[in-house]
Amino acid sequence: MKWREILRVAAEAIWKNSVRSVLTMLGVIIGVAAVIVMVAVSAGTEATIQEEITSLGTNLLFVQSSFARGGLGSNPNQGLVFDDAIAIAEQVKGVAGVVVEQNATANVKANGTTLENITILGTTPDFPSVRDIEVAEGRYFNQLELDRKQKVVVLGSSLAEELFGDANPVGEVITVGNVKMTVIGVLAPKGLVGEVDYDARLYMPITVVFQKFTPSNLAKLRGDRVRLIYVEVAPDADPEEVITQIELLLAKRHDVSLDSADFTITTQQDIIATQEATTAAFRSLLAWVAGVSLIVGGIGIMNIMLVSVTERTREIGIRQAIGAMPEDIQMQFLVEALLLSTAGGIIGIALGVGGAYIFGSISDMRTVIVPESIALAFGSAAVVGAFFGYYPATKAAQLDPIEALRYE
Amino acid sequence: MSTPIIETHDLKQVYGTGDAAVHALDGVSITVERGEFVAIMGPSGSGKSTLMNILGCLARPTSGTYYLDGEDVSGLDRRQLAAIRNRKLGFIFQAYNLLPRTSAVRNVILPLIYDRTKHLSMQEMEARAREMLTLVGLEDRLDHQPHELSGGQQQRVAIARALVNDPVLIIADEPTGNLDSKSSLEIMNLLKTLHERGRTIVMVTHDEETAAYAERIIHLRDGKVERIVHNEKTKARVAA
Repeated sequence: MKWREILRVAAEAIWKNSVRSVLTMLGVIIGVAAVIVMVAVSAGTEATIQEEITSLGTNLLFVQSSFARGGLGSNPNQGLVFDDAIAIAEQVKGVAGVVVEQNATANVKANGTTLENITILGTTPDFPSVRDIEVAEGRYFNQLELDRKQKVVVLGSSLAEELFGDANPVGEVITVGNVKMTVIGVLAPKGLVGEVDYDARLYMPITVVFQKFTPSNLAKLRGDRVRLIYVEVAPDADPEEVITQIELLLAKRHDVSLDSADFTITTQQDIIATQEATTAAFRSLLAWVAGVSLIVGGIGIMNIMLVSVTERTREIGIRQAIGAMPEDIQMQFLVEALLLSTAGGIIGIALGVGGAYIFGSISDMRTVIVPESIALAFGSAAVVGAFFGYYPATKAAQLDPIEALRYE
Repeated sequence: MSTPIIETHDLKQVYGTGDAAVHALDGVSITVERGEFVAIMGPSGSGKSTLMNILGCLARPTSGTYYLDGEDVSGLDRRQLAAIRNRKLGFIFQAYNLLPRTSAVRNVILPLIYDRTKHLSMQEMEARAREMLTLVGLEDRLDHQPHELSGGQQQRVAIARALVNDPVLIIADEPTGNLDSKSSLEIMNLLKTLHERGRTIVMVTHDEETAAYAERIIHLRDGKVERIVHNEKTKARVAA
């Protein structure tokens, strides 16, 4: 039997029962559309996160305190201190910059406006270059100001606008907590990086933060404790080698073995890998949802194909009497099931792509259409059609021609 | 003498087993020569439908042999029987059995579509179908669907379908059973014409008037051949 004829008969059978066919396809349509939209949302989220990670700056190492035994402060000899950062900057080869962050919050008064609970970020002079942030007005503070604990401040862009509007704040004096400080610069807008709004912050020498905002008795023993040290690896240096040097240096300074170190070093790749693991978990969840919805769609197709076989028993009998082979009958119904599922797949893809596009443009979520998801969705729809069409088609092929002809 | 179209020996068809066994056919041996028009008659339960199904290669006998056009078909499997039906047989049913919502040409084409030996193009098939429909007098109804045709016209489409593959045997199962007397007359005259042109026809009927068109009438009772009647009147008509 000719393929064109098989296709024509299958298409006619579907067309003659158009309402029922569409309802049958609905399962596959919804399954496929859902997969494409969800993959698009997940890919969009992933892309956003990747960009954020990259925008943290390139070739960054994150040195963090980790407390193997007890908690923070249980042992004054454990954890990173400010001097560790200085040691890294001075003694480790292949380091382009070191930034230390210490956070605090305070109310900020300027120009007759008071803003409450503004995040203060105590940093070091390398901060703009290490974190890829531009200075829009004035300048960032320098090493001298850091060493002398001078009361200078750099404003995030939105904070500057809230306090001073369009006026240039450089040279103005503002009150942070109860400390009067001079504005020496404004940063260019950076936007949200992860959950952090860099534009709404206040930047000052970390030494000033230690002294005025987070004073500690422990500091008198070992120096000021810090949670996180960013190390920018020089472009021509091997990050692994830099990590090894930092590990040895800090282990010596803290008098610990590497096995029981009170710090951990994470690379940007580690963070990306963690992110990818999360995304992979999300993706496999999607795959399950997709699989289940496609199976439900397939059962719908099988159900309606069984109905169709019963309804067309007499037609099957006629075709058999006239000389159709069992495989002719089987192929006929298999092609019909395949046509139903792939047509459902195509409609689902159209709705999914359209839906992802609309979803991406009306909501804050970013969506990225993944071509593989389209191919996969279509392929799955076809496989579902073949799989769930097989049983009804085989059942049709095995009908006895005499019984089938007698069927009313 | 050429090979008979149908030659059966001691055909038996048994349904069920043991005491419940029903002998639908209990040793039927018949012969139909090439070009004959034979009617099979008998009351219900006589086994004529069973015999029809076996002669039509729709069922296999429990025992006995059946030579169709010189070939033993009693031991063939489903696929082989399908191929035999396709190439050697043409069916005419009481209920016409046309595909619904399918044009006359498409219905007539059907046997050619399932033919694995001929490899005709779609154009050739359609031309052949139109030829057959013209032969049965439906040249102006080619694209009509069954529900747009009268019973007699539908049966003529079915006859065109039975002829399209040039079968060695036409099997007609109560061909006028659903028709009024005028249409019945038309259909029987058409079958008579086919017979006169050399077609071999076996027809099952319970109607004496219809059976009168046949040259020979095989009467079945209780699964056995009761008697065979030669119809001199028909022969005379054919001769004339």
